Amino acid sequence: MIAQFGFGVLVVSFLVALYSVFAAIYGEYKKSPSLVESARRAMLLTWPLLTLTAGVLIYLLVNNHYEVQFVYEVTSRSMPTYLKVTAWWGGQAGSLLFWSWLMSAFTSLVTLRKWDRDREFLPWVIVVSGVTMSFFIGMNLFFENPFAQLYQTFEGIGPHTFQPADSILFTPQDGQGLNPLLRHPGMVIHPPMLYLGFVSFVIPYAFALAALITGRTDDRWIRLTRRWALWAWLFLSFGLVLGGRWAYDVLGWGGYWGWDPVEIAAFMPWLTGTAFLHSVMIQEKRGMFKHWNMLLIILTYSLVIFGTFLTRSGVLSSVHAFAESAIGPLFFTFIGLTLITSVALLIYRWDSLRSETTMTSMLSREALFLLNNLLFMSILIVCFWGVIYPLISELFSGQKITVGPPFYERATGPLFAALMLLMGIAPLSAWGHSTVKTLGRAIWKPAVIAVIITVALFFTYTKNAIALTGFFLVALVILVTVYEYWRGANARQKSQGENIFTAFWNLTGRNRRRYGGYIIHISMMLMAIGILGIELFQVETQGRVAVGESLNLANYTVEYREIASWDDSPKGVNFTRAVVDIYENGVYLGELHPRKDFYFESQQSMTIPGQYATLRDDLYILLIDWEPASVEGATFKIYVNPLVNWLWLGSLLFLVGIVIAAWAEKDPERVTVRAGRRIQQTSAADD
Amino acid sequence: MSKNFLHKAQNTLLIAALLALFGTLTVSAQGPAPTDDEVNAIAKQLFCPVCESTPLDVCPTEACRQWRELIREMLADGKSEAEIKQYFVEHFGAQVLNEPPNKFASYAVPVAAFLIGAFLLFRGFQMWLKPVKADTALEGGSGLPESEAKPIPQDDYIARLEEEVKKQK
Repeated sequence: MIAQFGFGVLVVSFLVALYSVFAAIYGEYKKSPSLVESARRAMLLTWPLLTLTAGVLIYLLVNNHYEVQFVYEVTSRSMPTYLKVTAWWGGQAGSLLFWSWLMSAFTSLVTLRKWDRDREFLPWVIVVSGVTMSFFIGMNLFFENPFAQLYQTFEGIGPHTFQPADSILFTPQDGQGLNPLLRHPGMVIHPPMLYLGFVSFVIPYAFALAALITGRTDDRWIRLTRRWALWAWLFLSFGLVLGGRWAYDVLGWGGYWGWDPVEIAAFMPWLTGTAFLHSVMIQEKRGMFKHWNMLLIILTYSLVIFGTFLTRSGVLSSVHAFAESAIGPLFFTFIGLTLITSVALLIYRWDSLRSETTMTSMLSREALFLLNNLLFMSILIVCFWGVIYPLISELFSGQKITVGPPFYERATGPLFAALMLLMGIAPLSAWGHSTVKTLGRAIWKPAVIAVIITVALFFTYTKNAIALTGFFLVALVILVTVYEYWRGANARQKSQGENIFTAFWNLTGRNRRRYGGYIIHISMMLMAIGILGIELFQVETQGRVAVGESLNLANYTVEYREIASWDDSPKGVNFTRAVVDIYENGVYLGELHPRKDFYFESQQSMTIPGQYATLRDDLYILLIDWEPASVEGATFKIYVNPLVNWLWLGSLLFLVGIVIAAWAEKDPERVTVRAGRRIQQTSAADD
Repeated sequence: MSKNFLHKAQNTLLIAALLALFGTLTVSAQGPAPTDDEVNAIAKQLFCPVCESTPLDVCPTEACRQWRELIREMLADGKSEAEIKQYFVEHFGAQVLNEPPNKFASYAVPVAAFLIGAFLLFRGFQMWLKPVKADTALEGGSGLPESEAKPIPQDDYIARLEEEVKKQK
């Protein structure tokens, strides 16, 4: 009954979302503000409705309603309540509902703003968001119903939305439980963050399309959605970082990024989103590349849907699985239709999007930003090709192939290096015009120091040419950025008489996007140090040792002391935990506890590494195999991951940078309004 | 008959001796049993034939453990890395390799796309820069012409607002 109620509310949500779309179109056609207002209110109503639907699903999850197929698949009695709640996005049907719910929340937020000055955008923003939301709710309604219940019929037990004739409700004693790999805190937060990023990018896209439809193709849509895009980028970035940390902690392969198609699915919109964030600045400052910005946001939206499609349609396992899946072809059609419509609109408005100025120098900041866009797009093409090439191969030649890390690393490595070089040069170039002379004058000091650092590293750390090139670029970018920061703070110190810390603080506060961006650049370089370290210098060994014996790797010695295994029945898990003593150059550092957790319900195991982390490297020990009742010993796999913790440190700084960049700056328009009021008051007083 | 028997026995002994010698040579050629690291060095370049996107050296399934043992046995039999990879391709298909067999096809598309993008950008720069060169040559300067500097972007609303504020002054 409760499940059916949930389904009923979902149906109403779908109808309301559809109504908002049609009311907005018809209201705009008839020039009826009341109909458009009705559409807006309908859109606002979707959020409480979907919240109620989600509430019903959570109620079913938390209260062990295993007669509901989704609840049966993703929860079990032994799971703690918080995991039962987060199991909401642990399966296909739930995650699609989660998408719709977030979408409705964001669209409601947008429709709640004051529209006085942008009234013409409102109906079309409702239409675009409403169509996207209706599509996702429709998926839930017609193909992936989270409220389908298990019924026993003569043909067997199966999920049905409505009770079939001559059937009885079937309630299993317990559920299958959530995949143990998804019980890690990182994985609990990772999907919502990615989805938040995905969904937030729908808003700038909706405004972009509204601008194309209405013909109001000035900067307004960019200014209205600038912060949305930055927050979307924050969530997507945070989601990617969390995913990396989860992989490092749980998947037991000593790495953070495996160039898996699922990872790439989330990375692709991030790439176009990053290109967009840079490119819109050219439009804002110089009124150029309006077509390109439109195309970038259209691409980002399509890649958001494509990413969801990749992970949800089964296309990655095989093109045949995709063809057999109910939602795969529909997703594909939706992506195709939205892309074609968007590009058609862009072509229709092509003339009104012409640049207001022209490029004046190949070294100007806009030119360098354009190069940055070329590099991001090239990385995107590498990723896109890497994902679809196996599908094309299977489809046309019948041969299944794998595109693994070597391809991506070789193809993207030089592009990332070029991006780093641009990060070092672009902050020093000026809008409009820069010359080799002006850039050379600005860059020579940081470049000389970066060369000195690289030479020092050559004699003390590594002679690997790729690593030295990478470290040179890292040093150059950090020095250039710090130099830029220092110049700004120094100027403030002199002009305002502030001390250096206040000057830094005020400098950042006055231009949050710029200096937040600089912090992001520095954080990227810290992450690059970690990536260079683990990719180029990771070492590993595996061996079987008896108690008291040890394995050596780099400067470390790992001595096997003991192992214990026990069942935690309430949790349905068997833990096997080894105790190893670790030494560095013979000096005792402490003990680590690599372990393996075996989940009875799902018959799956999870390998939890023992880690000893420093800024220099990470000793990462995995328990691979063991002989419980013999002196044979246990097999351990040990990695030494140099510099990897700079990656996590950089990730934290990265988030700080985005928050600063996305934090609400004083809106110049509001300032103007306030200034206007002040002038009015002063004039009144004078009178 | 007895002569024939003796001859046969001689041949058998000879073959047995040769086999024994070959066997000894083979064993001595094998050396110590392959280590886990030697096995993983090859397994790392292969993907699990049944799991999605999981390298064979880290795949936790029992099937993969057995495949790693197979690599160990093949190494012990003196098989080279290329032979072992070929064996896996023959038995499980090209998808076990971590790179497509046709490397040209895999790299050609991104490289071509990059070159096309770079060419278009270069042509774009040429096109955009031309008229300005003429301008700057006339003006005798190299900076951004004042007329081309985009004013602080403001929309109609702000323009109207400012106009009203000016009127009230």
